[in-house]
Amino acid sequence: MTVSGWLTIILFVTLLTAFAIPVGSYLARVYTGERTFLDPLFLVPERLAYRVLHVDPNKGQDWKQYARSLIIFSLVGWLLLYFILRTQTLWDFTGLNPMHYHSGTWNLSFNTASSFMTNTNWQYYSGETTLSYFSQMAGLTVQNFLSAGVGIVVAVALIRGIIGRSGKSLGNFWQDIVRTVLWVLTPMSIVIALVLVWQGSIQNFSHYLSVDGITGLGQQIAMGPVASQEAIKLLGTNGGGFFNTNSAHPFENPTAFTNFFEMLVVLIIPAALVFMYGRMAGNRRQGYAIYVTMMVMFLGAASVAYAAEAHGSPAQHAAGLHTQVVAGSSGGNIEGKEERFGIAGSALFDVVTTVTSCGAVNSAIESYTGIGGAVPFANLSASEVIFGGVGTGLYSILLYVLLAVFIGGLMVGRTPEYLGKKIEAREIKLVSLGILITPLTALFATALATASKAGRASIDTAIAHGPQAFSETFYAYLSQANNNGSAFAGYTGYDGTVGNLGAHGITFADLLGGFDMLFARYAPILFALAVAGSLAGKRVSPAGLGTMRTDNVTFVVLLIGVIILIGALTFFPALLLGPIVQGLTGHLY
Amino acid sequence: MKRDIITSLIGIVVFTLFCGIVYPLFIAGVSQVAFPGNANGQKVYVHGKLVGSKIIGQNFADVVIDKKTGKPEMSDGNPVTAPDPRYFQTRPSGTTPADNAAASSFANYGPNSTVTLKAIQANIQAYIALDKSPSGTPYYPGGLTAANIPVDAVDTSASGIDPDISVRNADIQAYRIAAVRHLLLATVDRLISQYTASRGLGFSGEPAVNVLELNLALNRQTGGS
Repeated sequence: MTVSGWLTIILFVTLLTAFAIPVGSYLARVYTGERTFLDPLFLVPERLAYRVLHVDPNKGQDWKQYARSLIIFSLVGWLLLYFILRTQTLWDFTGLNPMHYHSGTWNLSFNTASSFMTNTNWQYYSGETTLSYFSQMAGLTVQNFLSAGVGIVVAVALIRGIIGRSGKSLGNFWQDIVRTVLWVLTPMSIVIALVLVWQGSIQNFSHYLSVDGITGLGQQIAMGPVASQEAIKLLGTNGGGFFNTNSAHPFENPTAFTNFFEMLVVLIIPAALVFMYGRMAGNRRQGYAIYVTMMVMFLGAASVAYAAEAHGSPAQHAAGLHTQVVAGSSGGNIEGKEERFGIAGSALFDVVTTVTSCGAVNSAIESYTGIGGAVPFANLSASEVIFGGVGTGLYSILLYVLLAVFIGGLMVGRTPEYLGKKIEAREIKLVSLGILITPLTALFATALATASKAGRASIDTAIAHGPQAFSETFYAYLSQANNNGSAFAGYTGYDGTVGNLGAHGITFADLLGGFDMLFARYAPILFALAVAGSLAGKRVSPAGLGTMRTDNVTFVVLLIGVIILIGALTFFPALLLGPIVQGLTGHLY
Repeated sequence: MKRDIITSLIGIVVFTLFCGIVYPLFIAGVSQVAFPGNANGQKVYVHGKLVGSKIIGQNFADVVIDKKTGKPEMSDGNPVTAPDPRYFQTRPSGTTPADNAAASSFANYGPNSTVTLKAIQANIQAYIALDKSPSGTPYYPGGLTAANIPVDAVDTSASGIDPDISVRNADIQAYRIAAVRHLLLATVDRLISQYTASRGLGFSGEPAVNVLELNLALNRQTGGS
């Protein structure tokens, strides 16, 4: 471990907080309809959008109407993306398929379409060897925007339900999604994309380069509109890389500076939404309490991952390598990591993208040490409430907040209340279902894949066996259920043996993973919206002396306890079989 | 219901045009004007020939010619290569063939895996073998063992096309380069520090030596190619 490594972590959380507070205020203005400095630019396009879409933005929707619009819009988006992937060659006339890649197969396209619509961006396909620029732009990039937008608007709707003073309206889905794309995602993506190009990311539509190489060995270099997709991939906590190796690829993440910048981009909206919540609730301390909860768990995860990776792996030690820091070398487990990011820059990136639903990777998680690899497992086991995905993190932790309020209320023997609203049987039932559905889906899918021959076809037994093989299977379904998308990439749903023309899927893994993602995305959204609808109509009673406070240290501790308890109780047995076994032993398999 | 379907259909078309076509084209337009070099991949030309991208690692190796047939030796459809001792070598790569920039991929070696151990051991052997002069003595004073080889030299990179190596890795290879190219060690060391990028913002990441730039500078230094 090095001073600069720890400094990276400390400066990162400081800068993140410094940026998140003003962005949070800005987001609150966007969703409450207050004036913002971008209004002159977007008010006209916004009005135009409503006219084209034939919607009345002032018409409030109750939770069922809101959910219906959201589900139908997502479904239509899924169909278009599936269609684009299946008919890739049909769009050759645009000139955006210079490598003449074939259309995708039904199974792999099903997985990919589900993956991008659910903000998971799980990648069984390999970007630069199967997809045309057209599919990447008009297909994947579009869903990067929209799936992020859907996540954010659900969080906004839940907040409106919690703070609502009258009636059943949660706002208007169409207005929320249009404002999210125009005021939030587009302007930020433009700035981010240009920063990336300034640092060395590429943005072109050329044929892949054929270069001679210095020794004459020759090399082909993939090209494409990378920066535009990279920006929204990170900002929307999507995580689906333009290239197979994602943010490890020099064209996606060219320098140590961009590595730091990209981490900030991933967390900025999830962190800002928490401050936005405090502002919208009219009590900023509510936001601070949640922020502190997230930050404590985040720093814990980052420290453990960094220390574990700096220590090195059993395989390195068995080979006789010395893994401590020496002059001119970072030491540590540099297997599957890039030199320019180093150990700290890789470990922190890994934590940033697994606490959120981003799932971008700048290093091979499969090659992390047992304990270093257990950190992303733990982050996923906490159901992505440590900042979490854009919107999903906030609405998920709000469900945990309600649960903590309920448990706290039971302990002191009072009717649980949150922000003056009574939490009753109906809400707690919905909250419990919303919280439990993701872990259950993940465990069920893992069990199915581990126990079946078809599931084991996805494991490359030449490289992974024993606990490693279990880890990669478990991680695959845990990551997809949490809509994260990072991977122990040895596990595959892509049959690469047929060469690089066209994408070929492994049907079992593609379908199980696809349903895993769809179910674990939309079921919690429906429960969150139902909770919002249920709370929206409730009367607010003034806080009394006996009311349990939800903005102090005691509550933060209680909330962390509830999150860890549920995550640990659900996943500990499974974690023991994989990463923990590997972390506790120096034995090689 | 019907209302929602119609709105969704119009909506997805509008958003696809806006986010999927206009936005990437806009970024491409601005990038091609403001940063044309970067946007097109930082191409490096030598005597008019395109030899690589500055930020993509390449395999500085030569094709091995089978002595009997006089043709390149092949393995799984790819020519067998041997590292060229006149050049600094990049990190081990998990792609097929090595440093394949048209199909990046992780090696996915697990931390407790015997496969990983074997791969690292093979890389150590290769690294030590390259350090041997034709007379059999090591270029590096005192010789190399697993204990003094920097980890990045024998562990695979993430992208498989990592353009950089650690400063220590470069410093060790400098002895070989100086001997093979008949240069002063100080000259090679000076080039290394010239092509070392320091930490981002002074703290982020690790100092990294760009291998392609360094090798090109060596060629200019010795006048050959």
